[in-house]
Amino acid sequence: MSERTGEHRHAITLTVNGVLREAAVPARRLLSDCLRHDLGLTGTHVGCEHGVCGACTVLLDGEPVRSCLTFAVTVDGHEITTVEGLAERGELSPVQRAFSECHGLQCGFCTPGFLCTVTAFLRDNRTPTDEEVLEAVSGNLCRCTGYQNIIKAVHRAAEIQAEESG
Amino acid sequence: MTTKLFGERVQRREDARLITGQGRFLDDLGANALAAAFVRSPHAHARIRDVDVSAALDVEGLVAIYTWEDLPGLLAEPLPLLIPHPALTHGRTGHALARDIVRHVGEPVVMVVAADRYVAEDACSLIEVDYEILKPVVGVEEAAEAVNLVHADVPGNVGAHLVQEVPSPDGLSAREAIEAAPHTLAFRLDIERSASMPLEGKGVYARWDADDQSLRVYSSTQTSTSVRMAVAAKLGLPLPKVEVVAPDVGGGFGVKIVHPWPEEILVPWAARLLDREVKWTEDRREHFISSAHERAQVHHVRVGFDDDGRVLGLDVNILHDHGAYTPYGIIVPIITSTQLVGPYKIGAYRVEFSSIYTNTVQVTPYRGAGRPQGVFCMERTMDRIAAHLGLDRTEVRTANFIQPGEFPYDQGMTFQDGRPLIYDSGDYPESLRMLKELIGWDSFPAMKAEAAAEGRAIGIGVGCYVEGTGVGPYEGGHVQITSDGRVHVSTGLTSQGQGHETVFAQIAATELGVPIEKVSVVTGDTRRFGYAVGTFASRAAVMSGNAIALACRKVRDKALKVAADALEADPRDLEITDGVVHVAGTPSASIPLATVAVLSNPLRYAFDKETQRATQFAGAQDDDRPPVADGEEPGMEGKDYYSPIRSTFASGMHAAIVETDPLTAEIKILRYVVVHDCGKLINPMIVEGQIHGGVGQGVGGALYEKMVYDEHGQLLNASFMDFLMPYATEVPRIETAHLETPSPLNPLGVKGAGEAGVIPVSAVIAAAIEDAEGITIDRMPISPSDLYSLRAETRLRKIQ
Repeated sequence: MSERTGEHRHAITLTVNGVLREAAVPARRLLSDCLRHDLGLTGTHVGCEHGVCGACTVLLDGEPVRSCLTFAVTVDGHEITTVEGLAERGELSPVQRAFSECHGLQCGFCTPGFLCTVTAFLRDNRTPTDEEVLEAVSGNLCRCTGYQNIIKAVHRAAEIQAEESG
Repeated sequence: MTTKLFGERVQRREDARLITGQGRFLDDLGANALAAAFVRSPHAHARIRDVDVSAALDVEGLVAIYTWEDLPGLLAEPLPLLIPHPALTHGRTGHALARDIVRHVGEPVVMVVAADRYVAEDACSLIEVDYEILKPVVGVEEAAEAVNLVHADVPGNVGAHLVQEVPSPDGLSAREAIEAAPHTLAFRLDIERSASMPLEGKGVYARWDADDQSLRVYSSTQTSTSVRMAVAAKLGLPLPKVEVVAPDVGGGFGVKIVHPWPEEILVPWAARLLDREVKWTEDRREHFISSAHERAQVHHVRVGFDDDGRVLGLDVNILHDHGAYTPYGIIVPIITSTQLVGPYKIGAYRVEFSSIYTNTVQVTPYRGAGRPQGVFCMERTMDRIAAHLGLDRTEVRTANFIQPGEFPYDQGMTFQDGRPLIYDSGDYPESLRMLKELIGWDSFPAMKAEAAAEGRAIGIGVGCYVEGTGVGPYEGGHVQITSDGRVHVSTGLTSQGQGHETVFAQIAATELGVPIEKVSVVTGDTRRFGYAVGTFASRAAVMSGNAIALACRKVRDKALKVAADALEADPRDLEITDGVVHVAGTPSASIPLATVAVLSNPLRYAFDKETQRATQFAGAQDDDRPPVADGEEPGMEGKDYYSPIRSTFASGMHAAIVETDPLTAEIKILRYVVVHDCGKLINPMIVEGQIHGGVGQGVGGALYEKMVYDEHGQLLNASFMDFLMPYATEVPRIETAHLETPSPLNPLGVKGAGEAGVIPVSAVIAAAIEDAEGITIDRMPISPSDLYSLRAETRLRKIQ
């Protein structure tokens, strides 16, 4: 933010993608805006601002949440993973690689939300069935792909994950 | 050629940044910009009596408040009417900020600029606008009755009225042909409103450079070059002082081809006035109520046909609801009325449309752009003919197909580009044969009987379409090989996820014989390419693809000439492989393109070791020739344009099998099959992705999406919670097959693929539900409760 707005601010500390970050935010500041505009992590996108599209999904202590429905002050002291933190040691994660390999994205706006959602899903379920994959991505909207290659990408990511851990 | 790249499933080059959060979408830019927000009309039709901003002035962080009265010069004038047409006798556009009257909920009235968006919205909420509420006009048929007017100076609420008539080969008019036909049918069809609804809304970010007196605008647009011209004109700036960049754009689907949006001129104006960076990012509610919708039409159809189902005469009357304003002219109803005839030879055709004002959000093209309505009309007509005659639905279509030997085929009308509607190529019988085989058309009756025996209702439907793609007037491409061997490609049209960086790089790498890793592509940046039209009408691959290929051929010729001099060879004996020019059959006689690029630019001053080769004392030179020969230019670059005489015509056919629940009327798509012909495929993976996305949107339009306006003109479902776009659970698996009939109109033989998937879906699903239920389906979308009511009505009618 370029200039003061006169609002009372709360100092919060959160661990984002493994890095301790501090911010001073008004009570009403959304986590999505805090990540994007206070911390400069613009990979998390906002598609609807009412928790329906899932583009803003980030991992809060490992679990997917809608950052557009979360006040930044409520995650003081917690751990956040955003799309910028999915690659490990500079290497793309199996989910990221699978989305690219399977053409699971077009405009890429909803993609960060899918990547975070699927990352948590495949961590908890390493050998998902077709039904489980469909269920896992059924809370995220995509207007470009018709979901065909997103579904393929989730299966492919599970496969890569298995190959690499096997 | 190095590796064959054209036609291959090359992985996308866009992905690396998009999967790591490194994309640059509009709201990712301008971290220090002020935020704009708007007070928008809460009424569908009202007169503004007063705007009182006094309560907002105390908001800390407020920077400025503007109303229409603050706008200088051309900014205060109505927004441009982008596509005038002689039939659009009463075209009307809104103002950047409403002047006196508001004509739809969502129309911008006041602009607020503040430290951040939260504060800007605080200020907006404190601004009091006093409205005198006027009677709203909602619903196209009510509007056509003209009890109340949307614009006081537009009689009958009619913006445009157009008739196109094509007589039969023996000179009968459509109405005469219908009268004379052995069989006739008359019926009404309805399609509701939907919208493009990209996941990223619109957005504008402007930086004024006071020292340089220049403006840079970023906009989430489908046409940066046209935004640039509009901004320069509205602000009275010299064109070279304005640059417009389309950054990564989170989907467009048509809505972002409209321009300049009020915000696209207001934000740059405020940035200049305040000498501060200003940004506006549309929120989802704003997108619902202040951008654009499409689709809503009512059709009245009369058709005459013979015993084989051949259409002898077709007469269609279309009521088109274009909302409150007509910035995009009458392109949508023109496309509906001309593309309606699809792959068929219609004996005689008459189509008439009235384009009508209502107090609702304006209507401009959304993927498919009027075609889904036209195809719904034609395909429902085909199915009705088949039902009337007791014929197989595919037989009726076959009886009407244009045959492969009949191209170029003249439909006798004027298309959306103002040019004759002449189809370039296609093979419709083969397309249908492939489709029937894939879906198992001939074995379906047995499958249906089997399902019925289990108490299940299933049905099959088919839909065919022809899509005019690659409309002009032109696009250009610029290609430069620099002395490091890199190839820089640019074109003016924009990208919203179509994979242009990949397919244009495939074209350039193939044409030049260089590794694709050496090629970079820039789109939608007026700093790199100033002349362009934009991305719409499935035109990018055809227009920019061919322009880039032609520019590459120029550069290749030049490279061969320079290399021939250096190698003392005949240019005709040279080839380029893997970025190296060599004499065919003699690989040792070679020179890298990087060096050729160095030699193409005679230097006085070297900037590295390699470029010393091009300096004046470096070696052999012909003292009788100037260093840059007559008619030549320094540097290894070329530019060319592609401007076609008329559109290419892609086509396709879809089929679906649906199951309807006997109790709940739930509709489930069991199979969805697509045969698609967009000419030569540049990248099959990307084409399939385009088809998938189109079908996904088509399923939304067929079963879920509609804009629900009440009688006051309030949009009741302006959120993703209430406007139901399909999730992964709603889109069935899509099976695709390609047919390739190359276009004879362009060097690459390509047609467009962007919109195709969405076009016939409503027609196909309607047909399949009709087949499952035995109930006539004449309006879409259809929900389970709609179907439930239809069943009840049908039962009631039978009893009566």
